[in-house]
Amino acid sequence: MTQFGIDVTVDDIIDSLGFFDNWEERYKYIIDLGKELPVMDASLRTDEYLVRGCQSQVWLVDEWRAGKLFFQADSDAFIVKGLLGVVLAAFNGKTPGEILAFDIDAYFTQLDLLQHLSSTRGNGLKAMVKRIQERATQTN
Amino acid sequence: MTSLAVDVAESRFDVEKIRADFPILHQQVNGQPLVYLDNAATTQKPNAVIDAISDYYRKDNSNVHRGAHALADRATVKFEAAREKVAQFLNAPAAKQIIWTRGTTESINLVAASWGKANLQRGDRILVSAMEHHSNIVPWQLIAQATGAKVESIPVDANGNINMLAFDTMLDAHVKMVAVGHVSNAMGTINPIGKIISLAHAVGARVLIDGAQAVSHWAVDVQQLNCDFYVFSAHKLFGPTGLGVLYGKEDLLNAMPPYQGGGEMIETVSFSGTTFNQLPYKFEAGTPDIAGAIGLGAAIDYLHSIDRTAAAAHEQALLNYAEEKARATAGLKLIGTAAHKTSVMSFLLEGAHPADVGVLLDKQGIAVRTGNHCAQPIMDQYGIPGTVRASFSFYNTFAEVDRLFTAIEKAKTFLV
Repeated sequence: MTQFGIDVTVDDIIDSLGFFDNWEERYKYIIDLGKELPVMDASLRTDEYLVRGCQSQVWLVDEWRAGKLFFQADSDAFIVKGLLGVVLAAFNGKTPGEILAFDIDAYFTQLDLLQHLSSTRGNGLKAMVKRIQERATQTN
Repeated sequence: MTSLAVDVAESRFDVEKIRADFPILHQQVNGQPLVYLDNAATTQKPNAVIDAISDYYRKDNSNVHRGAHALADRATVKFEAAREKVAQFLNAPAAKQIIWTRGTTESINLVAASWGKANLQRGDRILVSAMEHHSNIVPWQLIAQATGAKVESIPVDANGNINMLAFDTMLDAHVKMVAVGHVSNAMGTINPIGKIISLAHAVGARVLIDGAQAVSHWAVDVQQLNCDFYVFSAHKLFGPTGLGVLYGKEDLLNAMPPYQGGGEMIETVSFSGTTFNQLPYKFEAGTPDIAGAIGLGAAIDYLHSIDRTAAAAHEQALLNYAEEKARATAGLKLIGTAAHKTSVMSFLLEGAHPADVGVLLDKQGIAVRTGNHCAQPIMDQYGIPGTVRASFSFYNTFAEVDRLFTAIEKAKTFLV
């Protein structure tokens, strides 16, 4: 199974999404990224790990190991799940310092996906990013 | 209307002429001509409304009821004329029974807080339907918490109809308020409110009708309905956001304590005691949304200028056409199949999350709403995370329905 942040890096995602010239290919790629996410054990899809969104939901579990943060994430929506992969490419297996130094808005702007990080979408993605950043602040 | 009557009325409706009145419709979204099918969330505004608001700020802007100058007089006349137009629109007995609020939500909160405080006590029951919008549930829960009353839900069946037999058996002398939507925002069900009102009145309960999803579709007559309160939002009636209407029976409104304190709502103020203004000002603390009221007045004038019967027939024809196509679409399931519906088509694609469908339709220039539509209880009852909702207005076209279904087929290639 693909390890985001290790096998698939931010640069890989920027390259791949930059390669496509129509929205259909871009969104097929994003949905495929979601299918590459390691499957989250159903027992972890609980309220404790839920990041509530109005339209779709995200579950996020973190683990602190050897000075780095590792995340498992899942969503009930395919596109959001793919976008979780985009986010984890930036944050998974990184030190708290690396996470806090990363400009996620600039990254999503570069990918022309910033609309999905907007709070109006209510897809749980923005709340998940915030939770990752808070976790990084706590462990930093 | 019979299907023949719908056909006849529909045939005299010139949708292209109507579309020319709505400037926002003529734009590209994501490289495609916009197809706006989110009318249950908010309707678009005709030039007449945009111009009325703009003219007010360009020529008449002033505070109402208190200025000693020409602008204040003009603003006041236009502002009160708008109230009169709303009264006529609802066939209310008097303009003073029309209270301006910030929206449907505030109208319900006002009644729940003010009427509820004066009339509810421990053991009293408030009935709301299981398919209500959160704004017609939560204000009642708040006042129930404060007074010891309880909120109970009237069952809704799998097609989206209120179970009238169950409702009838729930009614007793402890029921003090029945609050139901005229039309369900999530599914478009038109509720049998005439019957609900008379049954509720028979046990002495008061009835509030949430008309947010009804007013854009047909004429409402509050005297014929005999409801105690009727509420709606201007922005769902082709008017501006930020303004709502509360209609109430005069004796009830007179007996209710003020909701918010401030300027305008008082008669005299002193530290030994304050006396309150007459209706409607008793409930209108602070400077009101003057431009919004004038905009709503212009929206009502606009509706009077078009053939509303033909417009309603056109909306029903759009719904029938869309649902016919929906039934022929593999893997599409309609949510809400009541016999009487406004032009709302809520649906799910098998195996696809509604949020994903929404994103893929947006990419193709189609604006729909996805999610639980602020009606979580009914979504939970149906065991679904939400729906995709396409809601049509009279400015939509059959070609736009075709675009919707072409876009749905494309979305399926990504998700199913």
